[in-house]
Amino acid sequence: MQMTRRTPRDVNRSFGKLIVVAILIATTALSLFPLFWMLSTAITPGSATIKTPPSLIPLPTGLLGAGTDLPAWIRERAYSPTLENFHELSTQTQGNIWRWLGNSAIVAISITVFHVLFDSMAGYAFARKTFPGRNLIFGLLLSTLMIPVQVTLVPNFLLISRLDLADSYLGVILPGFADVFGIFLMKQYMQTLPREIEDAARVDGANEWQVFWRIVLPLAKPAVATLAIFMFMRSWNNFLWPLIVLRTGAKYTLPVGVATLQGEFSTNVGLIMAGAAVAAVPMIVFFLLFQRYFLGGIRIGALKG
Amino acid sequence: MARALPLEHVTARRPSGRRTRWREYRTGYLFVLPSLAMFVIFLFGPVIWSLLLAFQDASLTRRDWNGLDNFRTLASDRVFRKSLVNTAIYAAVTVPVHMLVALVLAGMMKPLAARWQTFFRAAYYLPAVTSVVILATVWRWMFNPRFGAINQMLDLGPVAWLSRPNLALWAVILSAVLTIPAAGVVMYSAAMGSIPEDLYEAASLEGAGAVRQWWDITIPLLKPTSLYLIVMYTIWAFEVFERVYIMTGGGPAYATTTIVQLIFDTGFRDWDYGVASAQAIVLFVIVAMVSAVQFRLFRSEVEY
Repeated sequence: MQMTRRTPRDVNRSFGKLIVVAILIATTALSLFPLFWMLSTAITPGSATIKTPPSLIPLPTGLLGAGTDLPAWIRERAYSPTLENFHELSTQTQGNIWRWLGNSAIVAISITVFHVLFDSMAGYAFARKTFPGRNLIFGLLLSTLMIPVQVTLVPNFLLISRLDLADSYLGVILPGFADVFGIFLMKQYMQTLPREIEDAARVDGANEWQVFWRIVLPLAKPAVATLAIFMFMRSWNNFLWPLIVLRTGAKYTLPVGVATLQGEFSTNVGLIMAGAAVAAVPMIVFFLLFQRYFLGGIRIGALKG
Repeated sequence: MARALPLEHVTARRPSGRRTRWREYRTGYLFVLPSLAMFVIFLFGPVIWSLLLAFQDASLTRRDWNGLDNFRTLASDRVFRKSLVNTAIYAAVTVPVHMLVALVLAGMMKPLAARWQTFFRAAYYLPAVTSVVILATVWRWMFNPRFGAINQMLDLGPVAWLSRPNLALWAVILSAVLTIPAAGVVMYSAAMGSIPEDLYEAASLEGAGAVRQWWDITIPLLKPTSLYLIVMYTIWAFEVFERVYIMTGGGPAYATTTIVQLIFDTGFRDWDYGVASAQAIVLFVIVAMVSAVQFRLFRSEVEY
């Protein structure tokens, strides 16, 4: 093995690298701390949530009992994790917390499915079909990116009320479809697909719908996955519009419901954090499963953060 | 970017007979129709409606044209002015900090191995997949005067961050600033990865040090990404709502009321549709103007 001499410059460099990694790790900790604090509070027994120093170290009950020789600084900060906050939350909200979970799922899945369908159809037409006004319509749709969504809140609320859809899932779902991002994404992606397969299918007698449904859509799977994840995350987390439309507690989506917990249980932080965890954990799991699509989605400018 | 690629006109086969051409048109229209209908009903229509409402005295029961009265009301409304100032302060602090943090972190990640880059990107992005509502709920708890993480860690005693008028806005801003701008990190690090390595090699050969390379190669070549990010972060900052609604509800004494919080209060608590629409239009104009200025300042013809 050959020995390499470490010059002062090398030492400097590896020292620099150490600092860089230290900063990155510190910022990672900072970034994850709120989530950690939320989950930690959610599984802390009620009485231990409000004390000094804060309970931060979950330990099995056995270790906390008398006769174990834990250092005092650990013992002061330790707690035995429990799900009692979740049970309590469930009873106190009369099961609404789980209803909100279901509502969020219904709303997010409906928006995702129909958005992906409509957007790929429109994207296909803009990418492949020629028709008078095509570029004008596409330009008009793209120009909506400039319009802050808040401009449409009042009129959309009046519209939804007139359609008798206030306080309904449909009222939450429908206005979400006026969003150009997915159309743009699908158009860009479909333009890169080879035309020959579509033409071959047409020669074999497939009609336009079959070409789209059986050939183009399966080929566009990566774009469909990115779009679906984007839409799901956005509608799962959406707050302002459901807050305006929904009135009945049992119909709330998770963000709206969790926001009301603050007013109701202001003294019981464990319950509020348990509610927050119910809303956060599904998205976190979802992210860990489909990470690469998320990161792809950010790169094309789809996701906030 | 938005225009159809010229290549397409070359490859698109012009439909021959009149009937086949009409069939092609019809397919196109039918495929666009569902989306277009949604846009007309829930976006184009409402935008026009909103413009009309802005010039009306409109509430749950009344509906009358009142010319520019709503805008006059806003011009002399102290709360509205306060909301503009609060939003401007929020944007003026958070946007530069987000940009800088994103740039520096992406730069630090660059020399690392690919899997470490992926790890850090994911770790930064993880909080962003949860709703701002959830994060703001946690932040409110962290700012709790007696038992919150902030006061306990800083050992400050019971500082009531969110209920003191001179602190509340800064607490909200702090919560935003301490959130890693994950989208920025990811976009910057993707852009840095696509800068050709030989540019740096050439610069090294000519004796340019790391700092010089950073200023003369990395920063200029990142300009398009910077433009995109600054415009997006500014828009998001001007539209800040959830964070404020959850952490303070706009209080105390309007100390943290932002434009969107005020639109919400005016429209859906006071049910004054006319004034709420006028406020929304002011927001629209501000966002459009700020984006236009940023485009002009940052536009560049860099290609590599």
